[in-house]
Amino acid sequence: MSRYAQTFNALAEQDQGAFVPFVTIGDPNKALSLDIIKSLIDGGADALELGIPFSDPIADGPVIQAANIRALEQHINTQDCFDIIKQVRQYNNDIPIGLLLYSNLIFAKGIETFYQQAKEAGVDSILVADVPLHESKLFRRAAQNVGIEPIFIATPNASDDTLRECASYGRGYTYLLSRAGVTGTETSAQMPADSMITKLKEYHAAPALLGFGISTPEHVKAALDSGAAGAISGSAVVKIIEQHLDSPSTMLNELKQFVSTMKAATLR
Amino acid sequence: MNNAAYFGDFGGMFVPELLVPALKQLEQEFNKAQKDPEFLQEFQKLLNEYAGRPTPLTLTRNLVKNPKVKLYLKREDLLHGGAHKTNQVLGQALLTKRMGKNEVIAETGAGQHGVATALACALLGLKCRVYMGAKDVERQQPNVFRMRLMGAEVIPVTAGSGTLKDAVNEAMRDWSANYKTAHYLLGTAAGPHPFPTVVREFQKMIGEEAKQQVLEAEGRLPDVVMACVGGGSNAIGMFSDFIDEPSVKLVGIEPAGKGLDTQEHGAALCKGSKGILHGAYTYIMQNSDGQIEESYSVSAGLDYPAVGPQHAFLHESGRAQYVAITDTEALNAFQSLAKNEGIIPALESSHALAYALKYAEQQNEDTIIVVNLSGRGDKDLTHVHQVLNERGEL
Repeated sequence: MSRYAQTFNALAEQDQGAFVPFVTIGDPNKALSLDIIKSLIDGGADALELGIPFSDPIADGPVIQAANIRALEQHINTQDCFDIIKQVRQYNNDIPIGLLLYSNLIFAKGIETFYQQAKEAGVDSILVADVPLHESKLFRRAAQNVGIEPIFIATPNASDDTLRECASYGRGYTYLLSRAGVTGTETSAQMPADSMITKLKEYHAAPALLGFGISTPEHVKAALDSGAAGAISGSAVVKIIEQHLDSPSTMLNELKQFVSTMKAATLR
Repeated sequence: MNNAAYFGDFGGMFVPELLVPALKQLEQEFNKAQKDPEFLQEFQKLLNEYAGRPTPLTLTRNLVKNPKVKLYLKREDLLHGGAHKTNQVLGQALLTKRMGKNEVIAETGAGQHGVATALACALLGLKCRVYMGAKDVERQQPNVFRMRLMGAEVIPVTAGSGTLKDAVNEAMRDWSANYKTAHYLLGTAAGPHPFPTVVREFQKMIGEEAKQQVLEAEGRLPDVVMACVGGGSNAIGMFSDFIDEPSVKLVGIEPAGKGLDTQEHGAALCKGSKGILHGAYTYIMQNSDGQIEESYSVSAGLDYPAVGPQHAFLHESGRAQYVAITDTEALNAFQSLAKNEGIIPALESSHALAYALKYAEQQNEDTIIVVNLSGRGDKDLTHVHQVLNERGEL
C-alpha cells in the first residue's frame, strides 16, 4: 500500500483530516531548508508538498515566486533538491512526500530519468503545475513505470468529463482547487461546490485535498466540512519563512507552531 | 493530445488545468469565426478602413549597392499603430467580443503589441490592461504614453528580468484569475495552443499581399523572404503563404545581442535547446537544469528567450533558415535605411534588414529579396539616440 493510502486510512480510523504544508526546497538556503521541512514534520504534518524552484512559476503568486527566487539565488538545482529529499526520508520514512514543479525541470533531465531519480530520492507523488490532463500521457507513463503516483488538479471550472479523467488518471490524492487564480493568501480560499466532491467520489477519485488560499484553521475546518479529506497550505507557510529570514530559530518554532495549529483543526 | 495543437513535435498546451477551458473556448470561437462570413467581413473592413491595409511593397532605391539584387520592403511600418501587431490584435479583439468578454489582458515587450491592443480596445469598447517589464517601460517611454492616452492601464512588472518573459508570466497569472470576463490577447505566434495558430492566421495577409505585389512588380516569386524573429509573429505572417513555394527561401533573423558567443543574446533557435516555456514545447534558452535564462537584445521586441512552435518546426524540418544579427549590425542597418531611403525602421525590423544587406552583397545572380519591415522606429528614437551618443557617433 502506498504511503498516501496508509496515511489516509490511518487518519480515517482516527476520524481526522489531513493537513499538508508546502514549501519550496532550498528556500532560503540548503541547510535551513532541511530544518524547515523537519519542523513541518515535527509540527504534525500528515504529508509534505515540496516544490523544486523554477525561474518562471506561472501558477504561483508573489509569496511563492519570492521563495523560488531565494532558492535560485542560492544556486539550488534539481540534484540539491533530491539530496534534501533523501535526508528528509532518513528523518521520516512514513510521511508521504509530493513534488510540485514545472514541466521544463522534468524535460531538462529527460522525463524517465527525472521520475526515476525522484523515486530513488523517496518521492511518492508528482504534480506538474503546467501539464494538464490532456497533455499528461508521457508523464503518467513515466510515473507508472517507477511507481510514483501522478497528481492532477480538479478545478472549479472543470467539465464532468474532465473530472472523470482527473479521477481515472490521478493516484495518491486529488488536488482540489478552492478557487481560480494563482497560489497565495491575497485571495482567500473558497469552498468547493458540494457537487464537485460528490462527483469526484462517484468517479472513485483519490481523496481530495483542498488547496489555494488556505491560511487559517477555519479554512481547514471548512475544507473538511465540505467533504475534502484535508487541506494544503503553501503561501501561508512560506510567508513565515519570509518573515523570519534573519532569525532561523524563531522561524522554525513559528513553522512548527503554525503546522500544529492547522493540524489541530483537522480533528473532527 | 490534440493534433491541431502541434507542429511536428512542437507546440501543445502546457498550462495549468485551470486555463484549459479558456483556451478551448478560444479555439472553438476561432474555428467558428474563420467560417463565419460576417466575422471575416468585419475583420477585413477594420483592416482596410481603420488599419490601412494593404500596406505597400517598396523597392529600395539607394540602399543596395549590388546591381544584381532588388530589395523590397513590406511596409508594415505604415500600418496604424506603427507595426504589424495591429493586424492580429483586431482579429483577437473581435473574438473577445464574440466570446462575450469585456476585458483584455495583454503583455508587451517593445510596446507595439501593447499599443495595438490599446487602440483596438479603445475602438471596440473593451477594458484593457497591459503588463510590461519594468526595464521595457524605461526604454519604450513613448509607447507607454501612447497606451495610456488610449485608455489602457500599463502595469510595470519588476519580477525576474523585468522584460517580456516576465510580462507574459504576469499576464498568464492574471488570466488564470479572470478568465471568465477577460481574454488574454497574446501578442505573438508563441504560447499555448491555439495562440500560435490564431496569430498566424490573423497575420498571414502580410505574406499573401507581399506575394501578389511581387508577382505584379516582377512577374515572378521572390528568391528569399526575410523577417525578424522574437516570438515570431511578423515572420510567420510573412512566411505562411510562401511555405508551400519551394523556390522561395525563408530566413528568420534572431537577435544576437552582444554576440552569439556571449551570454547576452536572444537567439532561441540558433543557440537554444528544446523545452517548455509559456505553454509550448519549443526552442528556449535554458541551463542544464531547465531554468530559463534571461535573453538580451537592444530591441525590446526581440528580447524573449523562446520562439513560436511553428518556427521550431520550420527550423528542425529545414524549411526555414534561422540566423542572428548583433545589436551593432542592427543599429547600422537602422541608420542606413534612414539615410538612404528616408525610412526609420523599428530596431526589431532592423535585424532583418541588416541580414538582407549582408545577404545582398554575396549574390552573383539576379536576386529578389523581400524583407518584412515589421514596424517603424519612432519608439526607438530616444534609445538609439542614447546608444549612439554613448558610442560617440553623434
